[in-house]
Amino acid sequence: MDKIQSLYEALTKVDGFIYPNELALNWDMLIVMYPYITGLVAGAFILASLNRVFDIKALRPTYELSLLTALSFMLVATMPLITHLGQPLRFYEMLITPHLTSAMAIFGFVYLWYLMVVLLLEIWFDYRYDMVIWSREKKGFMKFFYKALTLWVSDTSPESRKTDEKIGYFITVVGIPSAFLLHGYVGFIFGSIKANPWWSTVMMPVIFLFSAMVSGIALVMFIYMVVTYLRKQKIDMNALDTIAKYLFYILIIDFTLESLDQIHRIYEADESFDILKILVRGKLFFTFFIMQIGVGVVIPLATLGFLQFKKPRVRIRKLIYWIISICVLVGIFYMRWNVVIGGQLFSKSFYGFTSYKVNLIGGSDVTLSLLWFIVPFFILAFLLWLLPPWKKAPPIEIPED
Amino acid sequence: MPLQVKRLLLVFAIFIGIMLVLKYVLTPDSWREYGPYRGNAIGEIASQQAKFVQKESCADCHDSIAEIKSLGEHINLQCEICHGPGYQHVDDENFKMEITKNNALCLRCHTMNAASPKNIIKQIDAIEHNEGEECITCHNPHQPWL
Ligand code: HEC
Ligand code: HEC
Ligand code: HEC
Ligand code: HEC
Repeated sequence: MDKIQSLYEALTKVDGFIYPNELALNWDMLIVMYPYITGLVAGAFILASLNRVFDIKALRPTYELSLLTALSFMLVATMPLITHLGQPLRFYEMLITPHLTSAMAIFGFVYLWYLMVVLLLEIWFDYRYDMVIWSREKKGFMKFFYKALTLWVSDTSPESRKTDEKIGYFITVVGIPSAFLLHGYVGFIFGSIKANPWWSTVMMPVIFLFSAMVSGIALVMFIYMVVTYLRKQKIDMNALDTIAKYLFYILIIDFTLESLDQIHRIYEADESFDILKILVRGKLFFTFFIMQIGVGVVIPLATLGFLQFKKPRVRIRKLIYWIISICVLVGIFYMRWNVVIGGQLFSKSFYGFTSYKVNLIGGSDVTLSLLWFIVPFFILAFLLWLLPPWKKAPPIEIPED
Repeated sequence: MPLQVKRLLLVFAIFIGIMLVLKYVLTPDSWREYGPYRGNAIGEIASQQAKFVQKESCADCHDSIAEIKSLGEHINLQCEICHGPGYQHVDDENFKMEITKNNALCLRCHTMNAASPKNIIKQIDAIEHNEGEECITCHNPHQPWL
């Protein structure tokens, strides 16, 4: 939060009438990062479960990659919150004093469930057999490390692999509602604030969920292309086309839901509508119409839609996918921005606005937000080195009976 | 039960056990005494040293200033509003109090502000009212109408 020296300085930030406590935004860019990162986790996981549960074979090459992506972003998902609170050393107090009396405090449970029971377990069962094999091949510390990761279970019999497979499948099934819960929860935090007409809508959890899927799928697409490029491997165009197809479908649903929400607002035109109209046309014009809708929805929808009918050459398609994934990632970031920042820019008296300036240099919120977006990529690099999906043994066939 | 599941359950049991121990050891004593927060916090805050000591204690030594102040419109203002917290100065007179002479001090209260009622606090337009001069050249801060 920025310090305001005098009333005169403060008044330069204000248009119209606002309440004194609305002058400075309490939720800054770090709080934009929080739903963004959690959304990436939920989306990447759902892409993985498309392969496993809905049995979409073409997505097989990205299965482990999506899980590891989800894990590496999940590990930092709480960091924007903790750094925003400004008391990082007290974070453990949250864990040892759980309670059910505030919606915010529920995040501890949602997070722990998703991380410990869904993500870690699924990855563990998926990699257990391979980790046993790797622990036999490696020497010294790495041998010990893989052994520790397998919890000193060295069973490689087909029965044990079948058990892994079955339990893993079960966890993925449980994981889908959990992923919905994780991001639906984040939407609920905003949607349940009845004093804020920009946030308060029952659609919020659903909108958050679908935009999460969109961003997660785009992220995995992006990472898959970069990783195969860095490994100098040939990219599996079938997988990429399938991802793009799902990205297209879910983007349509996401856009429909968001439009529905807006149309509903416009038609209802309740007492908050005038100020929201000025907000969207004025302070949010760039981030809403240009970035969120233009870059994030219209360009990807048009391009992906076109690709459904006509397929250009592989090289061009790759380039298009690469650019589209970035567009979607940027668009969804601005969607979170418009929700979090937009909701705080107008006065709850509906008669005025405050403003928010991102100081690119020296602003701790921007630096930290960037940091928490970059760290997951390093974690992912480490995880890919530790648990390379391309070195896994082929999956075991379970006979149908 | 397959071996790997047994191991996992064991690990989860250990994890939950550690969490329970940590919860037992680290939970603050008075947590949940009244609700989901530390009950002791109230006492701790109450027992902190007061930093502001009220104008009556200043009058013990600065009786002449207190007297002229009691004759003017600033009678109800605390000395510490303008001079900063006085708890250290009261014990040790060599501890310097703040003396702010710039106009921002006065304008904090007297600048034009649509939200504060004019019959309760007089307001001036800082730009038009004797621009460029210090307020205290004409108004005595302790007794604005001298
Ligand atoms: C124990 C007696 C005593 C009390 C109580 C006391 N003062 Fe003082 N104060 C003094 C003395 C003596 C000086 C002169 C010291 C000097 O000039 O170095 C002084 C100096 C000052 C000065 C001028 C400092 C300067 O730099 O010239 C201010 C302002 C002041 N006091 C404010 C206050 C306020 C406000 C209070 C009440 C919170 C207060 N004093 C309470 C004894 C006291
Ligand atoms: C409206 C703000 C204000 C209030 C209230 C106020 N002062 Fe002052 N005080 C000043 C300013 C400004 C000066 C500097 C005056 C100057 O240098 O001409 C000053 C100077 C002083 C001085 C040092 C100079 C001198 O005149 O001896 C003392 C001592 C002092 N104040 C004590 C007090 C005490 C005691 C009270 C409470 C009874 C008090 N003040 C209340 C603004 C204030
Ligand atoms: C903490 C707020 C505060 C500060 C700071 C303050 N004043 Fe005042 N002032 C008041 C209040 C309250 C009154 C009495 C109500 C009134 O009549 O306006 C008053 C009254 C006055 C008056 C008399 C107005 C009238 O006609 O009744 C003058 C002149 C004045 N202040 C000048 C100053 C100057 C000069 C300063 C800076 C040294 C100053 N004030 C700092 C609060 C403040
Ligand atoms: C050149 C001397 C001078 C200076 C400097 C000066 N004033 Fe005044 N002030 C006056 C006179 C004379 C009046 C009474 C006539 C008037 O209302 O203009 C007055 C009136 C006031 C009043 C009462 C207004 C009312 O509505 O009754 C306030 C409050 C006040 N001044 C505050 C300040 C403040 C704050 C500053 C510093 C920014 C300041 N003055 C600077 C001479 C001065």
